[in-house]
Amino acid sequence: MLSIRDFAVSFRTRRGEVQAVRGISLDLGSGETLGIVGESGSGKSVTSYALMRILDAGGRIRAGSAVFEGRDLAQAAERDMQAVRGREISMIFQNPRAALNPIRKVGHQLEDVLRRHGRATRANARAKAIEALEAVRIRDAAARYDAYPFELSGGMCQRIVFAIALACGPRLLIADEPTTGLDITTQKAVMDLVRDLTRARGMSSILITHDLGLAAEYSDRLAVMKDGQIVETGPAAVLFADPQHPYTRKLVDATPRRGAGLRDLLPLEARTPLADHLPGDRALVQVRDLVKTYWGKSGPVHAVKGISFTIREGQSVGLVGESGCGKSTTSSMLVRLLDRTSGDILFEGFDIAAIPADRFVRDKRRSQIQMVFQDATDSLNPRHSARQTIADPILRMSGLRGTALQTRIEELATLCGLPLSLLDRFPHQLSGGQKARVGIARAIALDPKFLILDEPTAALDVSIQAVVLNLLADLRARLGMTYLFVSHDLNVVRLLCDHVIVMQGGEIVEQGPAAKVMDTPSHPYTRTLLAAAPEPPTTKMKTTDIAAKSAAE
Amino acid sequence: MTQVTDIPGRKPDGAWAHLLHVLRENPVTMLSFGMFAFFLLQAFFGAYLVPHDPLATNATNALRPPNWTHWFGTDSLGRDVFSRVVVATRLDLTISVLAVAISFVIGSVLGAIAGYWGGWIDAVLNRVLDTIMAFPLFVLAMGIVAALGNTVENIIYATALINLPFYARLVRAEVNIRREAGFALAARLSGNSHFRTLAFHIFPNALPPMMVQVSLNMGWAILNAAGLSFIGLGVRPPTPEWGIMVAEGANYIISGHWWIALFPGLWLMLAVFTFNLMGDGLRDIVDPRRRT
Repeated sequence: MLSIRDFAVSFRTRRGEVQAVRGISLDLGSGETLGIVGESGSGKSVTSYALMRILDAGGRIRAGSAVFEGRDLAQAAERDMQAVRGREISMIFQNPRAALNPIRKVGHQLEDVLRRHGRATRANARAKAIEALEAVRIRDAAARYDAYPFELSGGMCQRIVFAIALACGPRLLIADEPTTGLDITTQKAVMDLVRDLTRARGMSSILITHDLGLAAEYSDRLAVMKDGQIVETGPAAVLFADPQHPYTRKLVDATPRRGAGLRDLLPLEARTPLADHLPGDRALVQVRDLVKTYWGKSGPVHAVKGISFTIREGQSVGLVGESGCGKSTTSSMLVRLLDRTSGDILFEGFDIAAIPADRFVRDKRRSQIQMVFQDATDSLNPRHSARQTIADPILRMSGLRGTALQTRIEELATLCGLPLSLLDRFPHQLSGGQKARVGIARAIALDPKFLILDEPTAALDVSIQAVVLNLLADLRARLGMTYLFVSHDLNVVRLLCDHVIVMQGGEIVEQGPAAKVMDTPSHPYTRTLLAAAPEPPTTKMKTTDIAAKSAAE
Repeated sequence: MTQVTDIPGRKPDGAWAHLLHVLRENPVTMLSFGMFAFFLLQAFFGAYLVPHDPLATNATNALRPPNWTHWFGTDSLGRDVFSRVVVATRLDLTISVLAVAISFVIGSVLGAIAGYWGGWIDAVLNRVLDTIMAFPLFVLAMGIVAALGNTVENIIYATALINLPFYARLVRAEVNIRREAGFALAARLSGNSHFRTLAFHIFPNALPPMMVQVSLNMGWAILNAAGLSFIGLGVRPPTPEWGIMVAEGANYIISGHWWIALFPGLWLMLAVFTFNLMGDGLRDIVDPRRRT
């Protein structure tokens, strides 16, 4: 149905031409779902943009062909492509909210597509649009027709984008990271819907993602991309059981899965023994009846409804829940960026919640409680080099200056695995993993006792995530820090934490030792969360087998 | 996602290499910076280089068309138009630079405070700015100069005041969207007070769009100063100033002495043109994200 041969895409940049896709060949059969897996910069999104011929200025298809039902998309005239887009091939994008026009009702946006491709007339457009909304299982579709994108949740927006994509009955659907930024249960709902509908209509689809587990669960066949080339293709189960290419093996290893420890995520040669991790007995942080209520225009919003928990010295506690469950509000209060409505936060027995957030900056405990932010890009000042960023807390809260300061910065960079040559770069000159390291180096610059990790790996590729998680475990062992790990990804929490707290709707629904909560969850919500996580096919070969195999080679 | 940012073996550009790159990349920027240098040269050294005394009258040599001795001709009092046009550059640039500097500084402070703290400060500031902007700006400037007195300083203050709302609005918006950004929160955790966070972390990020505003504003400020002089407010004859010269020359256009008004008008136009073109280049220079 779609046959791609020696397809190459390049971009003109300041430093000359950059080869984004270097001659890939792929085949997609009728009704088949192909997963293209790769990390950022691998060229997987560029491939899909090039197929739709919607590359940015400066990008061009350099060579090769992409024959879709007898027509070469690489050579087709723009006029022909307009008929192809939406009607023959349609696409759903990473950020559903950005893909919808924010100031038009979603129903009208659906009607536009239907009428543009002659699927509806002015008279029956509304009815057809509502029909299309019902097709993607939107409840009360007639009411949703009049909604604006900002009134809908991310998952609902993605359904509407999907409805628009399906509206004209395309033969091929390209989904480019369709669930990035969505909660794990929403991800499951959206992906199940995509799978069911494409199957029911006999459509082919291409799922582009960095998440090997997700791709494995929802695709018939996987293609692994690296540096603009396809390194390996095959059915998911085979790829997982016996990856041929070293890069595929690295990706498979790095995917968090049941039964794998932290070090198992790393390549074989990097699996040094993990230092023993034994939490102490003394309570470091005690939270008692913590409440946060916002006063909105439509009455009070109870973000956190009286939660209590204890974090012992040296312990790593996972705080898990979906967006809106109050976990971010809780961590903001703990790190003293936000004032509580009522309740206590005892840090080493002292109630730090009593100090207003505005004045906590001058408190001597400021340097003891630090945070690693979710988005490494957003949390680094675009105008500050890595060196300036790491120096900031030291300059503000300690007396180190001159050479002592530079020595300390370099020591921190080394500790976090950041090459010293990168210290004078600006954030946009660093990769995602390097930015994460800068963020961690800044957070530990003053040897904090308590570190809050706010989804520090959410925006990272799996192999980088594996490295960062291991780095965090090493730092914990070396510096004796206590972690509060905030995340929606239970598979990741399981790796790093001894104790797990599950939050829903501002309340703690379950807490206990990590192994117990994960293996024998008592609350239905915990079970829903666990079930929603994509389960990669278990690697048939155990670590020992792989070791034996590589030894034999 | 689509680009490989890290090309091995290359060190990131320094500030100087970046400046050269911006100039090389865009011929329009190159042209505007060249013209700016031309005007700066006139402002600093024009008074020493001109062939004639800009104030010396010579009744026997009045109203001569452009010739080899008087490149731009002479005016009704026999003064050399070329010398007057060149010498006037310093005064016109001084007025616009100072006016823009004052509105930049005050506008930034007010806008940053309003954008960061919000609440009633923000509301009050916005209403005050609305009030200023509700006046026809040139008429407001006229009123201020007429009320305060007819001096160069008052032209500067008036020009600064009418431009202030644009800076305050822009900074307010730029600061507001970054108030809750990760790096601003991280700065707080690093022990920065609200003031330091605002001044050293958030505000510098508003500079790139500010630079576009500054350069456009320089053009407006020159026009505004010339406009005030044209209607007889501000700079007084016989001081050479483009606005006055155009005003004086306007009386003679009907009688065919076109050069008296044309050349100061041309210089005025070129200056405004230069500043308008410089905006994009200035923004690219102060934005470290443009470096690779």
